[in-house]
Amino acid sequence: MQKYSVFSLVKNAFSNHEKWDLAWKDPTPKKEYDVVIIGGGGHGLATAYYLAKEHQITNVAVIEKGWIGGGNIGRNTTIIRSNFMYDDNARFNEFGMNLWRNMSQELNFNVMFSPRGIINLAHSDAQMNAYARRGNSMRLNGIDAVLLNREEVKKIIPMADFSEDVRYPIFGGLAQPSAGTARHDAVAWGYARQADSMGVDIIQNCEVTGFDIEAGKITGLRTSRGDIKVKKIGLCVAGSTNVLAEKLNMTLPIETHLLQACVSEPVKPVLDGVVTFGAGHFYISQSDKGEMVMGGDLDGYNSYAQKGNLPTIQHVLTGGVALFPFLSRLKMLRTWGGIMDMSMDGSPIIDKTHIDGLYLNCGWCYGGFKSVPSSGWTFAHTIAQDRVHELNEGFSLNRFSKGYLLDEKGLGTKTWIS
Amino acid sequence: MLNIKCPYCGDRSQKEFAYGGDGTIIRPKLNQEISDEEWDNFVYLRKSPRGKHIELWHHIAGCRQWFKVERDTTTHEIFRTFKPEE
Repeated sequence: MQKYSVFSLVKNAFSNHEKWDLAWKDPTPKKEYDVVIIGGGGHGLATAYYLAKEHQITNVAVIEKGWIGGGNIGRNTTIIRSNFMYDDNARFNEFGMNLWRNMSQELNFNVMFSPRGIINLAHSDAQMNAYARRGNSMRLNGIDAVLLNREEVKKIIPMADFSEDVRYPIFGGLAQPSAGTARHDAVAWGYARQADSMGVDIIQNCEVTGFDIEAGKITGLRTSRGDIKVKKIGLCVAGSTNVLAEKLNMTLPIETHLLQACVSEPVKPVLDGVVTFGAGHFYISQSDKGEMVMGGDLDGYNSYAQKGNLPTIQHVLTGGVALFPFLSRLKMLRTWGGIMDMSMDGSPIIDKTHIDGLYLNCGWCYGGFKSVPSSGWTFAHTIAQDRVHELNEGFSLNRFSKGYLLDEKGLGTKTWIS
Repeated sequence: MLNIKCPYCGDRSQKEFAYGGDGTIIRPKLNQEISDEEWDNFVYLRKSPRGKHIELWHHIAGCRQWFKVERDTTTHEIFRTFKPEE
């Protein structure tokens, strides 16, 4: 594989950049693989990469129905954070933060990780108390948390509405200075390129049509590009999890819902971190190009549409304008939607299943992007060793029937309740 | 925006309604031994199909009645709306 560096850039400039190697090959599927990862998004590509790198399993294929980077990895709002209260979530995502920090070097691909910080705003005394508790829990897990009062928040985001007669006054906020953003599709491309260089086959435009199961064990996979014999399968298909689960006769604690995001026209730098509104569901950051990147609520009913409805955008931006009045004067450049695998407690599932050789990675709800490296790393471990790692043992499939829910914010599929 | 025909009030904008999830889930019978598996099925497990889906909606800013809708989860086409007992 050609290494990307300033020298290779200069060298290729002399040939008008026409002689760069392809970043990854376009192979035809082989007849047999040790592991097949279904879903060529961030989680699937990261899993393939860590299978090859950490476990030396390279007879691996990543099968993607569309094109890699075309799903939620290319549709999210790029927020990376580990500001969780529960140990399972906090440890898992803080492990991921360390992978994020070295990702550009490790993948030899600039993912533009930018630790610009996140602030969750509080709008009541009760919310300040809850954030103090969450911040303390974060610190116990070695995560940086800073409780900010109103004046401190005002110094960081002076353009927010700090007037006296506002409906939801800003009382303060909880900051995680080490949180940030990254360029989302570069993450997919970086993992794909490195996985490919270690021998992983990345197979695009290949739809899974069925599974072969013999005596409770996975033996093969039927696809639109032929049958494949396989020992182990990892499912990383986010919003399409229920569609494949139906082919496996499985019913999961997952509903598929639509989440929208939008960006405004680019403006001069005004916001240097990520800010979330605590009195409604709205979050915002500013991209390097200057666009305000915003998102919020689910559309609110089961959907596989990958495009959203206007009432939700209107509702989300009403919250946005309440927080940052200047937003009302910006034009929206575009809106888009992705389909989320909403788990019933708002936390993910990375586990084995009752079918031998079938592993499940789903339930990422709104926050799959930040977990791409930690999810790939632990899922690769789970598949390679046939047992969960201590980092993902809380994300078990049977936690719902056992009553060990990870209801971090009380947000599952029924977000309208909270 | 969805246009939903409430079986009691007629066509109304989506804004008047709240969503209630899968309409085919049946609560385990009262005052009986219920296994963990039955509770799991009732509370957590959902088919969430791509395509036709029977779901509950609540006309919360209208007549406040619950009713069922058969809708396509990809195209959002509504095939029929009906009262819960139908």
